[in-house]
Amino acid sequence: MAADLMSQDASSSRLAAHGLTVGYGGQPICADLDVRLPDGRFTVIIGPNGCGKSTLLRSLARLIRPSAGEVRLDGRLIQDLPTREVARRIGLLPQSAVAPDDILVSDLVARGRHPHRQAFAGWTEADERAVQHALEATNTLELAERAVDSLSGGQRQRVWIALALAQETPLLLLDEPTTFLDIAHQVELMELLCRLNREGGRTLVAVLHDLNQACRYADHIIALRAGRILAEGPPAEIVTPELIEALYGLKCAVIENPLAGTPLVIPY
Amino acid sequence: MSRHRFAPRRSARFKACLLLLLLAAIGICALTLTGGAFAPAPHRVAVTLLGRGDALASLILLDLRLPRLLAAFGVGAALGASGAIFQRLARNPLASPDLVGFTVGSASGALITLLWLQLGGAALMLGALGGGLLAAVLIAGLAALAGIRGERMIMLGIAVSALLASLNEYLLTRAELDEAQEARLWLFGSLDMLTWSRTLTLLAGCLLLLPLAAWLARRLRLLELGDDLARALGLAMLPSQNLLLAVAVALAALAIATAGPIGFVALAAPQLARRLTRSADLGILAPALLGACLTALADLLAQRLLAPFQIPVGLLTGALGGLYLIFLLSREWRRTS
Repeated sequence: MAADLMSQDASSSRLAAHGLTVGYGGQPICADLDVRLPDGRFTVIIGPNGCGKSTLLRSLARLIRPSAGEVRLDGRLIQDLPTREVARRIGLLPQSAVAPDDILVSDLVARGRHPHRQAFAGWTEADERAVQHALEATNTLELAERAVDSLSGGQRQRVWIALALAQETPLLLLDEPTTFLDIAHQVELMELLCRLNREGGRTLVAVLHDLNQACRYADHIIALRAGRILAEGPPAEIVTPELIEALYGLKCAVIENPLAGTPLVIPY
Repeated sequence: MSRHRFAPRRSARFKACLLLLLLAAIGICALTLTGGAFAPAPHRVAVTLLGRGDALASLILLDLRLPRLLAAFGVGAALGASGAIFQRLARNPLASPDLVGFTVGSASGALITLLWLQLGGAALMLGALGGGLLAAVLIAGLAALAGIRGERMIMLGIAVSALLASLNEYLLTRAELDEAQEARLWLFGSLDMLTWSRTLTLLAGCLLLLPLAAWLARRLRLLELGDDLARALGLAMLPSQNLLLAVAVALAALAIATAGPIGFVALAAPQLARRLTRSADLGILAPALLGACLTALADLLAQRLLAPFQIPVGLLTGALGGLYLIFLLSREWRRTS
């Protein structure tokens, strides 16, 4: 069993959904989706506004109960696992995260340790190391004693990622992590995520709006439209002018990115 | 433990504030027991408190001042803790039991018990508790359509408050004159007619609910990060929210049943505590202690300011709280503009 969990060939996936249908009442937002998130890879979900990207992400993290179909984590139905157990395996950085007034960076990041802490036990060596690593990895160690309110948008986003890293989950889901960041901070954040994936071996899944960033950094793209998957696979194989037009109704050319060799989408 | 750099811990400032509040509480005790029209010397107070005092000192200190003082502390602590939970649960400083309808609901319950059922004492407390919980269920039920958090709950609370306030007025107009008079005094919020039995009921309630609140309040650290993140970090959302809401309502109802709807303590105590300690994680102890000091101080002033005329303490906390709120809002507007 343990050997199974450790194996990281592209075909294995610890987190997968089958026949997933989700709706907030009445109209389904995702309909009959089959999704497998390849282990150890960086998967990016793209699609127009309201296509169900966030809903898919939230269902995968067990925040929404599907109206039909199932989500499986390590082969087990995700709703059968204890909440804490799920939180030790899947981290999620939602769009809606709120930092309490006056909170210090280190205190906020320490809250990421919650699923690992025992009710009456103190702060452990493992907690300390996890927070230290999370701050180092996100380059926020020198901000540890600062108030989150006083940080810039880019710094703040790195702190949120540090919180998710402190959770020490093998799977990390991020909902539009680059929103509200300027282009330099977007690139910085994408490079950080890439590093976390390559060096830490974490399975990353992010919802992104920027197609060219998705193409450049993703190993695997899932293209959603109206709650259905139009295409999925490596960017170089699936990103074509036809797909982009089908997704967004946008006419464009797709050329090779001269720097990275990945697809580059240029709208007409 | 302290060698850990990132372990969440209380700041020195937070601990200093707690100490300061404790000293303030002791000071208020001393002033209350030794001052006023009957002003015994400190050693006479001490002897009386040890049970060896003369008849007059025993009557005034043990039967009148002490239960009232302890009740003021208990009521203030309950309101401060209740407000701290509400405000963090709703992530809004206006979400205090005063403004979101639970207080008025508790008052309705108490008035119905007092005027229709002609019951006092423990029944009155149960009535207030029932009224508060009913208002809470009503508001939470209505708010459930939009999620329990934030401004919508407050708007709903204000609407339900207005409805219940009309009901309370109606109950008063239908009551006998002397009963209405008594009920109206109670509605102002007053610690005048306290007996040992009511004080002891209150203190027993506080002893039960405050530790429970402190234990549950640790979940607020996750809840306040937003629903999705809280759940992603492994918190069972709905049970946590409901338990916290229930404890906050029970604390508010306990205070109201004892002393009537004493205004603004629940609103102001957590806000003051936050500004004093400059701490993001207030917990329960600091706002409870601050609420206790605030109420006991207001009651002391209520007794002494216009002595021998006694101002109902609720009017004083209302006036102080109103001024404080204006100060708070004007400062925040200046900062944002």
